[in-house]
Amino acid sequence: MLPLISFAAGLIFGAGLIVSGMANPTKVLGFLDLAGAWDPSLALVIGGAIASASGLFAWAQRRSTTLLTAEPMQLPASRTIDRRLLLGSVLFGAGWGLAGICPGPALVGLIFDPLGFAPFMLAMLAGFWLFGRWERRRG
Amino acid sequence: MMLDWQHFTPWSALAGGVLIGLAAGMLALLAGRIAGVSGIVGALLQQDGARSGWRWAFVAGLLAAPLGWLAFQAAPTIQLQASPFWMVIAGLLVGIGTRYANGCTSGHGVCGLSRLSVRSLVAVLVFMGTGFATVFVLRHLL
Repeated sequence: MLPLISFAAGLIFGAGLIVSGMANPTKVLGFLDLAGAWDPSLALVIGGAIASASGLFAWAQRRSTTLLTAEPMQLPASRTIDRRLLLGSVLFGAGWGLAGICPGPALVGLIFDPLGFAPFMLAMLAGFWLFGRWERRRG
Repeated sequence: MMLDWQHFTPWSALAGGVLIGLAAGMLALLAGRIAGVSGIVGALLQQDGARSGWRWAFVAGLLAAPLGWLAFQAAPTIQLQASPFWMVIAGLLVGIGTRYANGCTSGHGVCGLSRLSVRSLVAVLVFMGTGFATVFVLRHLL
């Protein structure tokens, strides 16, 4: 049941990225370019997502087990605002601004334009892997 | 500030956003997990497969969406801007940064803001601010 739910969620999520235009790096950069001709579409993507998700999250957070399958909820509890959160977000924002690509659209874009997205994708996977290695070494 | 009316697509942006939110809310309520793409893919590169079935399934769904789209529709407009060299730099920054911050646009942006997490709000303000600043430097200063 869990893989099925998860596959459906990935499918709908991916469809949303395509419909919203978020899979197109140029559109994302049009939002990030405040000083140029600004395309506010991405703000509506996030607004639409929060509008449809917040009720479901509120419901999920009131429960200790998942709906339908009654497994334990594994939603994050951390409230820490530390150097990791801030520095990591700065690095991510810089990479996002350079290419107009974040992890979800990277996967979707890879199907539409494999050669164009491959350098970003391989480097992103290398970044995930390097981080994991570094974290394990630190213990 | 000048609005780019030619490229502004309010209705498809809202519709796509609603789909993204439904997917994230559904994964939270039915699976008890966060639809954070950097966390999901990052964990796949670190863990042994036994407890990661749901992660593979989510990634398979994400990849099936464009494949299904192409079966019924023409490919959407996808225009890349950066050269392959800068794509590699960007990919490394996104890969390391999202794991260090424990989330990206999906985990902190969609899920975190929907959960009213202050930690995620701070992350979103920081990565959006840095994104605005990076594009400003690239397009208007260099």
